Amino acid sequence: MLSPAEIEKRLLRLLPRVEKPARYVGGELNQVVKPWARIPLRVALAFPDIYEIGMPNLGLAALYELVNQQPEMLAERVYVPWPDMQALMRADELPLFSLETRHALRDFDLVGISLPYESIYTNVLSLLALGGIPLLANARTDEDPLVLAGGHATFNPEPMADFIDAFVIGDGEEALLDVAHCLLEAKRNGAGRAQRLRALAAIDGVYVPALYDVSYHADGRVAAVDPREDGVPQQIHKRVVAVLPPPLTRPLVPNLDTVHNRVAVEIMRGCTRGCRFCHAGMVTRPVRERSVEAIVEAIDAALEATGFGEVGLLSLSSSDYSQALELVRTVAARFGSRRINISLPSLRIESFSVELMQALAGNSRRGGFTLAPEAASERMRAIINKPVATSQLLETAREIFSRGWHTIKLYFMIGHPEETLADVEAIAALCQAVLAEGRRVLGSRAKVHAGISTFVPKPHTPFQWVPCDSLEQITAKQLLLRQRLRERAIKLSWSDPHETMLEAWLARGDRRLGAVVLAAWQAGASFDAWREHFRFDLWQQAFAAAGLAPEFYTHRPRPLEERLPWEHIDAGVSQRFLREDRAWSAAQRLRDDCRERCSACGILPTFKALRAAHPGPGWKCPEVGGGAAATAAAAGAAAAGEPA
Amino acid sequence: MSDPGGTPAQAPVSRYRVRFAKDGPLRWVGHLDLQRVWLHTLRRAEVPLAYSAGFHPHPRLLFAASLPLGFIGRAELLELGLTERLEAGALHQRLRHCAAPGLGIEDVASVEAETPALGRGLSGFDYLVTLDPSSATTLPARIAALLATTTLPRERRRRAYDLRPLIQRLELTAEGGLSMRLSGGVGPTGRPDEVLRALGYEPADATIERRGLCFDAAAATPPSGVAAAAAPVSTPSAAPGPSPSTS
Repeated sequence: MLSPAEIEKRLLRLLPRVEKPARYVGGELNQVVKPWARIPLRVALAFPDIYEIGMPNLGLAALYELVNQQPEMLAERVYVPWPDMQALMRADELPLFSLETRHALRDFDLVGISLPYESIYTNVLSLLALGGIPLLANARTDEDPLVLAGGHATFNPEPMADFIDAFVIGDGEEALLDVAHCLLEAKRNGAGRAQRLRALAAIDGVYVPALYDVSYHADGRVAAVDPREDGVPQQIHKRVVAVLPPPLTRPLVPNLDTVHNRVAVEIMRGCTRGCRFCHAGMVTRPVRERSVEAIVEAIDAALEATGFGEVGLLSLSSSDYSQALELVRTVAARFGSRRINISLPSLRIESFSVELMQALAGNSRRGGFTLAPEAASERMRAIINKPVATSQLLETAREIFSRGWHTIKLYFMIGHPEETLADVEAIAALCQAVLAEGRRVLGSRAKVHAGISTFVPKPHTPFQWVPCDSLEQITAKQLLLRQRLRERAIKLSWSDPHETMLEAWLARGDRRLGAVVLAAWQAGASFDAWREHFRFDLWQQAFAAAGLAPEFYTHRPRPLEERLPWEHIDAGVSQRFLREDRAWSAAQRLRDDCRERCSACGILPTFKALRAAHPGPGWKCPEVGGGAAATAAAAGAAAAGEPA
Repeated sequence: MSDPGGTPAQAPVSRYRVRFAKDGPLRWVGHLDLQRVWLHTLRRAEVPLAYSAGFHPHPRLLFAASLPLGFIGRAELLELGLTERLEAGALHQRLRHCAAPGLGIEDVASVEAETPALGRGLSGFDYLVTLDPSSATTLPARIAALLATTTLPRERRRRAYDLRPLIQRLELTAEGGLSMRLSGGVGPTGRPDEVLRALGYEPADATIERRGLCFDAAAATPPSGVAAAAAPVSTPSAAPGPSPSTS
């Protein structure tokens, strides 16, 4: 095993030979280096992509600060080396190491991997292999680190279950520390791997796949996912932090240009809108807000500690933050004069959003104004539960152009099985109508960017039973848009349908997909999220080698009574609610924002005790349990819920 | 509402020259990334940088010469335009306190208004190259052979040039390192990695430090206190002080 000094020596020889060597040296401002030998529990926090992508990840940054605040723990960072560096490391037998102290990945007690989306799964295997950790969880020994994964993609953990010892489902802030404390105790007691896994499975929100057996019907559908022993929960309930912890105030400042070089503050977690396609909106319930005061203080401290020139106020739906106007006014007054660029993404399509941006931006009009109508026909809007009238969109567009923005970016989604070519035509017509509004105000300077993503029916959403469009259908829809939107003032971008297929297989797969991920990686698949590296053929071959049909996962409507591969994971939103919402979608029936009317999605009863223990204004579900009236209102809403 | 016309220029009311070192983790960043590192440092230090006008205002930040990625800089030069007049010593303290790891603030001096822009009269660079100790035995012979040539035709970015006249000095140091002064600035630039290749060494195996920037005596940019023409004015012993005016 190589010592940090030996690793450093080998690294120095490789650095002049690779592209962007700063990816591999660490040493940035605000990096935390704790004395390795004196810290009993060592955690590596890994992002399965390169430094520039992983470094700005807000979740890992928060966990880094949190773990390093614990006197008995340290956290260090690991990213995936770019292929040029990977090749040199293999040739030189240089193991993947942490940026802070150059310890090999396998020298850590716990390796925590962020899994926000599916197209980085093969990179997890690269991380493990380069780090000297056996790929398969069941091949690891007492000497190997415990491999933990968390993030939105883990709400269906099954495709990665072969490689991960334990998953944290839901909010990670408290759960990661629980896991770390559990391992610390196990280390002190000399507990072996099997004992550690059992202890971890007892932690709320932690899923240890090795303790479950999956059985299948003859046709390949999942029959059951059963705990192997007593004391292992049948259902894993996601973790929720009742109160969002204070935002981080000493973010690292990268020496390289990363995808975001900014102070990012999560102003709110969760979303009350209930768009039926939105995985994040379903799995991050309930809505919890930070106070304006806490946000402004955190920005102030972070700007001083970093010198960043940009602030991002992040959430799933910023205009829904209950103190939105107060927040942007305070932030603009406090930081606007310092040449700090403040961004507020994820705005709703209404004039209030323009007001917010106006208050934030002052006289500066950098970049475009982004809106996400997702659908362009009333019918599709009712199906996906994102009701934005065309007249309202055009009015908002008019206001945006007349207030000085030259470009409006519109995000749409194609590929829902209910969607017809007429619905797709409507997208083109809407883009043209928005451009026409701009031309009326700005003439030929007005521009529209249309970003067309492709729908993937995600687990734990009301669409989890519906199939994906076929490659041919998606291609035909994209072609139609390309033919209809030929103006130079309209820029069109779309996602590669093959990449969408990969996302869909992995999002909707069962445990047998582990063999497919492994075979694809062994054949050379990695960096699948990078267009120039993505190899669809390798995945097709991997499916064939595993004896599985990809269409089984993507192009088959699943009956409501089918046991879904992720049903043992409880996101807090009940199957009953999802079934009802699926039926409402079929009936093109809208559902209200849950701040206005509780739809009894299941969150409140699941986390009743937690909320009672942490009362306060941060949690935005209506109050129930306290008064009979509130409960009755909630129940009534669930039963009646009329279209808006 | 009318179309906003961007922001007005904030003309600098004062200028300062900063001599700095680029080392440690910053050795591995390129020039554009170094500019961002500097901007972050200046913002942390709350230095009132002047900006250009327009929709995309640029800060008044001028480097004498960019330093290639992988090279260590010992005496790099940067000029700042500020909207306020500060005491140079106080500015030095603020920068030193807020500098990114790897950025060494060696000296700060205010510049008089009539001083020509930084970089004027730049004529060359001093480098110190450290090689694997095992190569030291053959080094003297290789240096002699190289210096005996009259021309070293090379090509960079598909343009032919002669490396030999760009080598102003090339010698062994007492410690076994390689010291060289190469032309650069106004005319073609000699690169130490090219010299290493000409000597038969792989540049990736060497540690290359830029020790100083040299200015022409005629261009009158050496700082006060440095008498010799073509002296490496930014070597650690010399301050990038206010330059005598060209008149």
